[in-house]
Amino acid sequence: MNKPESAPARNTKVMNRFDLTSRLVAKLKNEEAVVGGIGNTNFDLWAAGHRPQNFYMLGSMGLAFPIALGVALAQPKRRVFALEGDGSLLMQLGCLSTIATLKPNNLTMIVMDNGIYQITGAQPTPAAALSDIVAIAIGCGVTNSAWAADEEDFDRLVEQSLTAPGPTLIGVRIDDKPGTGATRRDPVQIRERFMLGLGVREAL
Amino acid sequence: MAASKGQMASQSLNEKTSQSKTWHQVVLQTLKRNEIRLVPYVPDRVLTTLIKEIHADPYFISFPTAREEEAVGIVSGAWMGGMRGAVLMQTSGFATLANVLASLAIPYQIPLIMFVSERGTLGEFNYGQSLVCRTMRPVLDSLAMEHHTATRLDEFEFIVDRSIKQAITTQAPVALILSPLLTGGKVFDK
Repeated sequence: MNKPESAPARNTKVMNRFDLTSRLVAKLKNEEAVVGGIGNTNFDLWAAGHRPQNFYMLGSMGLAFPIALGVALAQPKRRVFALEGDGSLLMQLGCLSTIATLKPNNLTMIVMDNGIYQITGAQPTPAAALSDIVAIAIGCGVTNSAWAADEEDFDRLVEQSLTAPGPTLIGVRIDDKPGTGATRRDPVQIRERFMLGLGVREAL
Repeated sequence: MAASKGQMASQSLNEKTSQSKTWHQVVLQTLKRNEIRLVPYVPDRVLTTLIKEIHADPYFISFPTAREEEAVGIVSGAWMGGMRGAVLMQTSGFATLANVLASLAIPYQIPLIMFVSERGTLGEFNYGQSLVCRTMRPVLDSLAMEHHTATRLDEFEFIVDRSIKQAITTQAPVALILSPLLTGGKVFDK
């Protein structure tokens, strides 16, 4: 078990990161931007099938939401998704207050919560036992935040976020499986192709 | 007090050469001229007037962030989305950035533009600030980053304008350090 005995009872199903990421990517028909956080969130985004509008972080733990916020501010007509781990978000909780204050209505944040630093050996995060990330987000002012009860509920929350008047945060409980793929670690290409995908640049 | 005298000396020097533009007006106008609209910041006493003026100008999208690193993430995302940005911070805030510079701004070739108000020297009264200040240039040098310390108003516009243009055309970050010689700094009797 990932969670210590004291973990509060949840009515949310434990899902799988790659499965949820694949579900999300399959829905994307409008060149939506997707920012994958450090490690497993971007490995699974890569494995779900590379798209020109995907950005993969190779460091800077905790910055998936701030990077996505920047994209959302620069391109207010484009939907921007960000995939972040619970441990990563804990490094940069302050960004939730910034995002709540700026209220970008084209930003959907997804937190993959397994309560562990899976990639470093599955050590529990300091939040694993007691903290509720969705409650934290609501407390920060991201009022449109919810746990997904199961895969269908996840799909529904993603759909809802598209027309929400402000930013959305969706918490999903996931298992302790590692990421499925391995992103090609070529930061310049990742950035350049993302900019091409967002229509900011033309290919040489 | 020595610090106050230094401040007065630098102010009179700046007045002679400035043609009535202040250093913060130079920053604001040069940002505009280079189409830099997004200005997230973690505040600093010395930056107060600049921050006020940027907020008052509808050209800019400006807001505080909880951490400097967060602001770097935001302007990096915005750059990739086609909007230019710059981050305002203090020396101690720069000290939190080594990881994001080395893992995001530099390897992804993002023209991150940073204005760093320099604490820790020329009249510092907090020992911790003077220590953290000593880490700033070694970090910049160890990453071979472009950086300039602005001390004179007559050179300031040139430094800011050219550095912004170089950052964008070479796709490399730059740190512009605002010395107390330029800004007056923050002194104990303020």
